[in-house]
Amino acid sequence: MLILALEMTGWLDALIQGILLGGLYALFAAGLSLIFGVMRLVNLAHGDLIVLAAYAILVLAEGLGLDPFGAALVALPIMFIAGFALQYVLLNRTLGRDLLPPLLVTFGLSIIIQNGLLQIFSADSQRLRSGAIETASIVLGGGIAVGVTPLLTLLSAILVIVILNLVFYQTSLGRAFRATSDDLEVAQLMGIDHRRIFATAMGLAFTVIAIAALYLGLRANFDPTIGPGRLLYAFEAVIIGGVGSFWGTLAGGIVLGLAQTVGARINPEWQILSGHLAFLVVLALKPRGLFPRALD
Amino acid sequence: MAEAGALQQTKTFRIETAERSSWAVAAAAGVIFLVLVALPAFANRTLIQDLIFLFYMLALAQCWNLLAGYAGLISVGQQAFVGLGGYILFALTLLAGIDPLFAIPTAGLASGAFALVTALVVFRLRGAYFAIGTWVVAEVYRLVFAQFKELGGGTGTSLPPSATSGVFGIEWVKALFDVRTPAARDIISYWVALALVAGTLAVVYLILRSRRGLALGAIRDQETAAAGLGVDIYRIKLTVYVVTAAMTGMIGALIYLQKARISPDAAFSVLDWTAYVIFIVVIGGIGTMEGPVVGTVVFYLMQRYLADFGASYLILLGTLGIVVMLFAPRGIWGFVSERYDLTLFPTRRRLVVRADETASSVTQQRKN
Repeated sequence: MLILALEMTGWLDALIQGILLGGLYALFAAGLSLIFGVMRLVNLAHGDLIVLAAYAILVLAEGLGLDPFGAALVALPIMFIAGFALQYVLLNRTLGRDLLPPLLVTFGLSIIIQNGLLQIFSADSQRLRSGAIETASIVLGGGIAVGVTPLLTLLSAILVIVILNLVFYQTSLGRAFRATSDDLEVAQLMGIDHRRIFATAMGLAFTVIAIAALYLGLRANFDPTIGPGRLLYAFEAVIIGGVGSFWGTLAGGIVLGLAQTVGARINPEWQILSGHLAFLVVLALKPRGLFPRALD
Repeated sequence: MAEAGALQQTKTFRIETAERSSWAVAAAAGVIFLVLVALPAFANRTLIQDLIFLFYMLALAQCWNLLAGYAGLISVGQQAFVGLGGYILFALTLLAGIDPLFAIPTAGLASGAFALVTALVVFRLRGAYFAIGTWVVAEVYRLVFAQFKELGGGTGTSLPPSATSGVFGIEWVKALFDVRTPAARDIISYWVALALVAGTLAVVYLILRSRRGLALGAIRDQETAAAGLGVDIYRIKLTVYVVTAAMTGMIGALIYLQKARISPDAAFSVLDWTAYVIFIVVIGGIGTMEGPVVGTVVFYLMQRYLADFGASYLILLGTLGIVVMLFAPRGIWGFVSERYDLTLFPTRRRLVVRADETASSVTQQRKN
């Protein structure tokens, strides 16, 4: 009986941890979902940008003597400007009917970021230190405890998605986002400067990336090579949830997180593999995702 | 204008793909091939090893070019089939005791079969999402092969000398060129690499010259219009995906026969087997058969003289790729062929307009 009870607790714990991990993946995915939604751009450097932002927070925290949350706050406007500039100067040139330029330019960017970080920070793994909060946890009883950082991650993911939905559906900027997304030519005729709109969307995506980077660095070690893995998780969350819906992206992240922790519970070596397999199963059974919204 | 009107009545049309200079090129290619076959008689071992590298990178580049440059299937996951081919070769050689040379075609067939199953899932993703989907599949292959303890698990395994020095024909090569076993092994790998690159070029060339190739060009230029004209897009894309996977699998098998050591991280490396290949095709000129040839030579020279710079070298490659994509999207070959009107592999169709049988012809070139 005792063994059975422990077993049950283990599974329940895996489920809770999976949902919390899903919050992190939803944060990875929200930025990707945003830029795809606005300009149909699939950014292969997305994961590396998250890692780059984590290093930026690390440098700011050490340089200014701030804790990671304060450093992330300082990083937000910097990241917005960086994203705006990247889109305005470089990525806007790649958009058009041809799929190849945006994919290859962002793929090149991914290689540049990875190796740039490798050169500056070496391959050593790093971590954002936040003192007491790092190890703090809330005991739920029955042998299950929830870490404060994972809980904050999930809450932040929900907050980010609420804000993104507000921006998209309640502001004039959001109207411009949706207009350029629906029909670029007509939006231009209505006087929308699509290059600025796209750049603003990328700036916004970069602030989401900074938030994702904060929790990436708080929850686990990171090094310059882990970017592509984060890109794949983000992508899987977007596809599982269904392209075009932010709440779908959150759900997709949670499905992915659950698949990984349940897989890891069966065999620790299967964590990442079971996440990928869950993605392929959803793709095979429901190619438009669990919560489809957009037609594209 | 009056003259043009007069011509209108007598002229006839014909579609040509080859031209006289192309026949000269074909003859030259035949001679080059024979010289390359005989090369081990004169060349030293370093040159043979460099050529093996050059050949397999070129073969990989031609495959990726057919996928992305013609069929519009931008894959970032071709390392799946390089690794798969390598692992199948190791499994057949180590576990089943099959001669590595015979394991190579088997690896090709198996990769094609795996590609067929993979396509059922990844073909549900369009465009850019297809790219990341293929990457996920490659990761799945990597993680699955890391589970096979018989093949060394996550750390990988090596081919024992007994397996590699017992390759079919090795005694004959040793006697013929009067070399020791390691050099004879390289020569056999060299011939296999030569056969694979020549075979890949031939397959890509024949596909592009066939009716299917015309359909591929149509898909590349305007997919919706091609579908409207009756091109079965799904079937053609699937064919190209499976054929290139089979070829990539054989190339992967050869690569790991030559390396004699395999590990999941190396065999399914996105940098080695996809990023470099994309770089080659983009720098050389995507959507032409000549582009990958030029790109492979450029890449070989950079790899040889700059690879020691490590991370800076990769930053340079990434930057170069971006600059070419933005400012010269047709690559080095696009620049050359535009300037000198040159074609080595005549896969384009030309419209030839003749006034009559004997009069001089007016040739209009059209890009297919």
